[in-house]
Order: sequence, then structure tokens, then C-alpha cells
Amino acid sequence: MDYVHLRRQAASLRKGLFDQGYLDEQFYQLEDLQDDASPNFVEEVVTLFFRDSARLMANIDQALDKCVKDFNKLDVYMQQLKGSCTSIGASRMKTECTAFRECCRDENIEGCMRSFQKIKREHSVLRQKLESYFQLLRQAGPVECATRPNK
Amino acid sequence: MVSQEERELHVLAVDDSPVDRALISKLLRSSKFRVTSVDSAQRALELLDLESNVNMIFTDYSMPEMTGYDLLKRVKGSSELKKIPVVIMSSENVPNRICSCLEEGAEDFLIKPVRRDDVSRLCNRVLKC
Repeated sequence: MDYVHLRRQAASLRKGLFDQGYLDEQFYQLEDLQDDASPNFVEEVVTLFFRDSARLMANIDQALDKCVKDFNKLDVYMQQLKGSCTSIGASRMKTECTAFRECCRDENIEGCMRSFQKIKREHSVLRQKLESYFQLLRQAGPVECATRPNK
Repeated sequence: MVSQEERELHVLAVDDSPVDRALISKLLRSSKFRVTSVDSAQRALELLDLESNVNMIFTDYSMPEMTGYDLLKRVKGSSELKKIPVVIMSSENVPNRICSCLEEGAEDFLIKPVRRDDVSRLCNRVLKC
């Protein structure tokens, strides 16, 4: 297997995630924390993120389905989701979360629903890209997995 | 003979977000602390009741049922616990909230995402490590 090629693919995918704004500087912080004691730290945290964000998004879906919209509750759920996005550097998702919260403040339910659809799309795309990235890393082997792109 | 566990400073991390809990735990472990993490202020109080060797608490502010502020008040209101430094973390920069926590005795109020430098700076100042 051509490990060099796989590593190049992984690096290219990773660079794309930053260049296209899916990830921000916080993701570097996660990578910096990865060490011999926690060699898969980044993937573990990202996995936690997708599990927890799916739960939060299901809560938001349920709350949006209700006839009487509780904007306070929606805002609380979205604050939690936004927090998690911030913590892993999921920049585009974070931006959409902010937009959703603004709609909550305006009690604009159509705005909330549109925004939430965008959040779901961003979530799905980010998940696919990061899953591909980690898969490539696993295939490429345990050599240093990530390096900062040249600035 | 003092064991390694006894030599390491013990930090209690409290956060209802599993992502943030993983992050703060790793940040603290990277700074050579022994870390216990719990997902609620209630569990934190239960642990503090059982363990007498917690050297510092890092707690999220916004948690359901009991907030980090409530936890701070309980710690500072307890003769056994009041000397434990408490650091509050929050994703929201709300000046009133920050003032209230500092007035209540919090060592510091960190805006998330917490960085390695934040932890080092605090620990150097508070625990002289």
C-alpha cells in the first residue's frame, strides 16, 4: 500500500477543511493535545462531538415539531450545540448556530427552521469529510498524523 | 513513602458537555494533574463529600439543574471546601455573570474554548506549580 500517497491525500483533505472554512484554529488546539498518552485524541473528541451533536439536533427537531414553540428551550439547545462546535473548531456549523439563535431572539420560527436545515447540512458534510480524513489516517498508519499547513 | 498519585495535584472537572469534559480533562492531564471529571454539579458535590484531596475545581457555568455558579456558592459556603480554588468556564462572555462569579470567590472566569496557556497560567498562580 502506498502510505505516502495516503498521507498526502489525508493532508490535502485536511487542508481543504480549513481552506473551505469547515474548521478553524481550534482544531489545531485539539491536534496539539494529541500525544503518546492519547494517540487518537482528535478522532475520539470528534466522535464524541458527532454523537452529542446528533442528540442535541434530535432534541431541537422535537422542539421544532411542537405546535407551541418554546424559543427559550430552542435557544438553550442551540447554545449547547454551538458550544460543542466551538470546542472542536467546527466553524461553519458554529456560524449557522449563531444565526439560529438570532432567529430565536426574534421569535422567527421560519428563520429557525431554515437555519436548522443549514445546520443539518453542514453537520452531514463535516461528518463525511472528517470520517474520510480519519479513515485515510488509519490506512496511512501511525506515523505523525497531522502537521499544520504552511501559512 | 508518598505515591505518585498523592504527589500529583488533583483537579475536579465539571461539565455537562462530553466534548468539553474530554477537552478540559486532557488539557489538565497534559499539565500533569490527576483529573476526575463529572457531568454535573450534583455529582461534583457528591465526590467532594467523599474525597478530601481535591486541589482545584474547573467547572462549566451553564449546566442544567445546578449551575457552576451554584456549585461555586456551595463550595465557598462550606467550611471544609471553601479553600478549594474554583475556576468557572463559559462559552458566553456575559459581564454580569463574570462579576458575580468573581465576587462569589471564583479564582478566574475563562471563556471557552479553554487553552493550554489558560490552564498553565492559572495553575502557576493558584497552586504555585
